[in-house]
Amino acid sequence: MATEVPQIGILSYAAYLPHWRLRHREISTGQNSGSSATRSVASYDEDTTTMAVQAARLALEASPRRPLVQQLYFSTVEPAYIDRTNATAIHAALGLPPSVLAADMLGSIRSGVSALAAATAVASGGLSTLVTLSDTRSGLPGSADERSGGDAAVAFVIGPGSDRAPVLAEHITTKHMTAEFLDRWRAPGSSHSQTWEDRFGENNYLPLALDVFSDALIAAGLGRDQIDALVVCGSHDRAVKRLRAQSGVRAEAIVEDFSRIIGNPGTAQPGVLLADALDRAEPGHLIAVVTLADGASASIWRTTDAISGRRANVTVSDQISGASAAVGYTTFLTWKGQLRRDPPRRPDPAPSNPPSSARSTDWKFGLVASQCLRCGMRHLPPTRVCWQCRTADRMTTERVSSANGTIATFSVDHLAHTPHPPLVVAVIDLDGGGRFSCEMTDVEAAEVAVGDRVEMTFRRLTTTAGIHNYFWKARPASRIVSEEV
Amino acid sequence: MASNGIAGRVAIVGMGCTAFGELWDKSIADLLVDSATEALDAVSMTPNDVDAYWLGTMGSGFSGLTLSRALQLQNKPVTRVENYCATGSEALRNACYAVASGAYDVAMAIGVEKLKDSGFSGLAISNPPSDGTELDWTGPAAFSLLAPAYQSAYGISAEQLKAVLSRIAYKNHFNGARNPRAQFRKEVPLETIGNAPLIAGALGVFDCSGVSDGSAAAIIVRSEDAFDYTNKPLYVKGLSMVAGAGSGLRDRWYDFTTFPEVVASAQDAYRQAGVTDPRTELAMAEVHDCFTPTELVLMEDLGFVERGTAWKEVLAGTFDLDGQLPVNPDGGLKAFGHPIGASGLRMLFECWLQLRGEAPADRQIATIGEERKLALTHNLGGTPGDCVSFVSVVGID
Repeated sequence: MATEVPQIGILSYAAYLPHWRLRHREISTGQNSGSSATRSVASYDEDTTTMAVQAARLALEASPRRPLVQQLYFSTVEPAYIDRTNATAIHAALGLPPSVLAADMLGSIRSGVSALAAATAVASGGLSTLVTLSDTRSGLPGSADERSGGDAAVAFVIGPGSDRAPVLAEHITTKHMTAEFLDRWRAPGSSHSQTWEDRFGENNYLPLALDVFSDALIAAGLGRDQIDALVVCGSHDRAVKRLRAQSGVRAEAIVEDFSRIIGNPGTAQPGVLLADALDRAEPGHLIAVVTLADGASASIWRTTDAISGRRANVTVSDQISGASAAVGYTTFLTWKGQLRRDPPRRPDPAPSNPPSSARSTDWKFGLVASQCLRCGMRHLPPTRVCWQCRTADRMTTERVSSANGTIATFSVDHLAHTPHPPLVVAVIDLDGGGRFSCEMTDVEAAEVAVGDRVEMTFRRLTTTAGIHNYFWKARPASRIVSEEV
Repeated sequence: MASNGIAGRVAIVGMGCTAFGELWDKSIADLLVDSATEALDAVSMTPNDVDAYWLGTMGSGFSGLTLSRALQLQNKPVTRVENYCATGSEALRNACYAVASGAYDVAMAIGVEKLKDSGFSGLAISNPPSDGTELDWTGPAAFSLLAPAYQSAYGISAEQLKAVLSRIAYKNHFNGARNPRAQFRKEVPLETIGNAPLIAGALGVFDCSGVSDGSAAAIIVRSEDAFDYTNKPLYVKGLSMVAGAGSGLRDRWYDFTTFPEVVASAQDAYRQAGVTDPRTELAMAEVHDCFTPTELVLMEDLGFVERGTAWKEVLAGTFDLDGQLPVNPDGGLKAFGHPIGASGLRMLFECWLQLRGEAPADRQIATIGEERKLALTHNLGGTPGDCVSFVSVVGID
């Protein structure tokens, strides 16, 4: 009996851009360019893991029904940890079942497209994979990498389509070219990358890119003029520009790469730009993504009728045009670890304790509250004895990370230990019940007011003794979704 | 209520209190020897004459050995207690119960803290290992939440409230200027207080109590034995301690205009002591003015004035040294300083001086009379919504 082979493709997606921007003209290179260009900057309390969580939450919330996730891939050049898996923190923050594999694909810019290719390959075996690409980019003060880099993350669920989660963009083909040459490299532990002379890389990349694009078109049985959107990615600017010029696609099909607004977020760039193309695509559009990294890769996707109803709730351009705030150059350097500041006369934050953290994984990573089965009171953090009716051990658990809330009161703490003083602490009444007192982020103290709406965001509170203390903070709700109140 | 109280059963017969401040030349042991010796000398006792000791310290030492080593005690029971900033009061409470029970004839409650050696600004507490999800903010930030809450509850402006808070700091500095043992012994103009750099919320430097070193001690005996030691004993009329459930920061019904723990402990202590109208029956009160809005809210929680009126009473001078009900005549935590473990006993020390008429003439209160022979101490540990509260009532009859 012949059964219909399910479509393989993207079931859900979303990108995450951090709140902060650095203006190129803030960078003290000795010349004032007067440029209006900016780059995106992860907050002091963000890393590639937390940004991946943000993107994944948006992707999973984009569909009316959360798509099935059987594997989780996390890809970055800048992992928060080595030796231990970073994807496990994302897994915990999303509340995925223990049977879901969480795997890191780390180290090279190319690992981003590799993760997408691996997920696509296993999709034909029937597995749905949540792929997260996340990167924070910088370089030595004054360098081109510092200026042109960007911080961002993106998440896709890739798998076989189903009624629950139909394919939004069908995977047509992916082709690769691999080549060994040193255009860009970084020794483990080094703060910055090095590159060889520009024309060397260009000379190597361009033929590889042209070839891989041709291979993909042939495999898909498509002509160049049929491509509706061509995304070209890579850290070699000249090679990227030349491929765009020589690709042979219609001029209007070449998509904007936002490099003068968010910069180039490395590992995450192909995903962020594909997400933007999906945001804009009509059903039946053909999207090609060519990435130049240690060779070249090209994939071609065709959007389906389902795309219209299931795009990301918050598009890439929403996040580009939405609220963002400028950071000064010295703040940027401090956040990037290039500038050591005088610490406050306060004790260093205590490291989060591994056994204590393991006992409270659901709370610490998943923001899972408890709710009293007898009186309905919601408790953050979860307790065994109800604060309202004092009943013991009659609790159910409840994930509240998607709940928004209202600031009941707040304080601005000038004395507390924080890389971005003053610390803003808010007492928040959550929609649906419960009160949560936590730090505010992505906001200046003077902007906060009682009654403000906030959303929850997964952040890295501190790092002490090499241990990253991940937990949740609140940030102004309008930062991501303009909600209906 | 579940407390029976020990009204009238024990008395304080001797006290000692060191100067508070930045005591770079005094060790923790020095401070303990200084306050213990002053208390013992007052009743011509030696350490061996005391049957049992309760030592209160939040972080300046562990176990009874901190005291027994310093005083070279020989085979004495020494218990170290801790209850945040109410630690000194907890030492007193336990020592009183020990004597009231008949287990001992003479007990000493002694508190000590050496905060300046930490090198940190403000108070730094080392907590047990945790998952790192507890809010890591400072005391001033936590207590600053009282100010906007009070403001909006009673419809007063930020400027009005700032003036009220500055007035409280002004009063406590005025009193501290008349106290040779206080950390800050200078009057501070209202304008300086109001324009000081912000620490947290609306609180400036002068809205915060002093970080200091110090020690204080009390000797407790059965009331019937009191006249063997002094002709002016201070009787313990009521002792109440309440630990809240800590749910204020998680419970949306809590509005930051009150400390429910203080209300409960005050009512309990008043009932034990037979106090029905604290404003007219108390001659004075020593309260936990860790930050100026705390003192404001305490005036209402302790039942001195109606809800929503404390701010007017502060401006009217009700709680001044020469007011209807002097509050913190020794300068309070604000000016006397706040060495955690010593503070509760330091409050009692001022009641001791004032009720016995031994305070320096320029700060002796005039409210003591036939109908007013009681004083109150109030000691708070923790933060709004998450605290322990202690209230004692003592008297000279």
